[in-house]
Amino acid sequence: MALHVDHASVVFPAADRRPPTEALRAIDLTIENDDFVVALGASGCGKSTLLNLIAGFLQPTTGQILLDAHPVQGPGADRSVVFQKHALMPWLNVVDNVAFGLKLQGVPEAARYKVADRFIDLLGLKDFRTAPVYQLSGGMQQRVGIARALTCDPKVLLMDEPLGALDALTRERAQELILTIWNTTHKAVFFITHSVEEALFMGTKLIVMSPRPGRITHRFDLPFSRRFLAGESARHVKASAEFIALREQVLEIIFADEEAAA
Amino acid sequence: MTDLPNANTIAKPRGKARPVKPGEIYGVPGQGDTLWLSILSIIGFFALWWFVTYMGWVKPLFVPSPQAVLKKFFDVVQNGFTNVPFWEHMAVSTLRVFGAFLIACAVGIPLGLAMGMSPVMRGIFDPLIEFYRPIPPLAYLPLMIIWFGIGETSKVLLIFLSVLAPVTLGARAGVKSAAIEQIHAAYSFGATRWQVLWQVIFPSALPEILTAMRIGVGFGWTTLVAAEMVAATEGLGFMVLTASQFLQTSTVIMGIFVIAAIAYGFDMLMRWFERRIVPWKGRM
Repeated sequence: MALHVDHASVVFPAADRRPPTEALRAIDLTIENDDFVVALGASGCGKSTLLNLIAGFLQPTTGQILLDAHPVQGPGADRSVVFQKHALMPWLNVVDNVAFGLKLQGVPEAARYKVADRFIDLLGLKDFRTAPVYQLSGGMQQRVGIARALTCDPKVLLMDEPLGALDALTRERAQELILTIWNTTHKAVFFITHSVEEALFMGTKLIVMSPRPGRITHRFDLPFSRRFLAGESARHVKASAEFIALREQVLEIIFADEEAAA
Repeated sequence: MTDLPNANTIAKPRGKARPVKPGEIYGVPGQGDTLWLSILSIIGFFALWWFVTYMGWVKPLFVPSPQAVLKKFFDVVQNGFTNVPFWEHMAVSTLRVFGAFLIACAVGIPLGLAMGMSPVMRGIFDPLIEFYRPIPPLAYLPLMIIWFGIGETSKVLLIFLSVLAPVTLGARAGVKSAAIEQIHAAYSFGATRWQVLWQVIFPSALPEILTAMRIGVGFGWTTLVAAEMVAATEGLGFMVLTASQFLQTSTVIMGIFVIAAIAYGFDMLMRWFERRIVPWKGRM
């Protein structure tokens, strides 16, 4: 399995007496099985536009997106999305939310509950199986969102700042949980975040993007998530000299972009 | 030090919200329990009514006493009005309003959803609905009678039209309630447009649809009296109108209370229903 973003550009047409906006310019990116690609960048750098391209919610102006050599024409079950918030169905309880994708695909109830229960266990939601989702905390709701995305067994998991709304402690625990799950499912992941530390800790590949026009300016290969999965503690990884050095380097790039914008 | 202003005079609360007890939130507009005040207000209203009539300040022709209205109620319940049993007046009116209401929901909810989903449907129906919506039903009642006669059809149709507009507009506005993330989530699981409509947009729109239904049935009761103005022989609106022609003020007031009681009872039922089927309303 491989997903290729092949020289993709996006230009939003002129509107409200504003000139056309070049949201993405000539993006090349390959995501393969077992890749955890993290996109980082100042606001307006086109991270979400890139995710929408891969998800199929948006078509590139030029270039193309290829999934296993087939061009992506629209959204599909091979690319599940975890949203920042507001994407669960409040009229369904936890298990029905997790099984929602399978229901849409016409899987009979017993079969879809069987799959859903596997991911409910994996994400530690067992005690909340029949709870209404609107009664869960933000962190729990986000776990339901991740479990729901996993049930359809997608080839690529797209995460649009999934932890952005969580408090610091919950967020760190969710990072570890996502890495553990990634390690058991071996999905290809595309992950957007605003947090440099989160990006460095979680990714195997990091792309740093810059705005006006949105483009990839730097690429890094990251060792830190593998070190965590090999048994090193998360705090130890984040406190290591290599981690801190790289963090400062990336922060430098992003601050320079922010200043150029201001 | 003496010429410095005292801290207490600086911090003197002027025009601030009232202090709150634990469990309340500072500054929430209209916060507080109203049950006892409401009960007191109702008792006060009846007491004033009774007192004014007891003192004989107003003639019974204009304002009959509460006892007279209550007595009239039991009298009509026992003996009927214009040789028609009271329950029949009630049943006929209720059937007209709820029959028209149900048809309006059956037409208006799908129509509103279709208008929300499709620019073609919106383009066709929006000007028509917006054109007739602000017209008072009494203004097009004569047309209804010319076209559909003085029978049941024109009465139900009049009420139907008054309920249709709010229900349709509510369903149409409800389409916007689904977050784009919810819709995208469904599509990214391979949903069809039809599945998105029924499994995402319709459930999201339910709170707005239910509110629109509550508003709509209110419009229905408002239009009832107009609908029963011409060639009716039974119904609560007919009863009120006929009684007013014979200056039976106590029957008029009694009829008004009965209509209010039925409408209020139904609204309570709808609120209960709302809590049952959309308990998540406003919570996510």
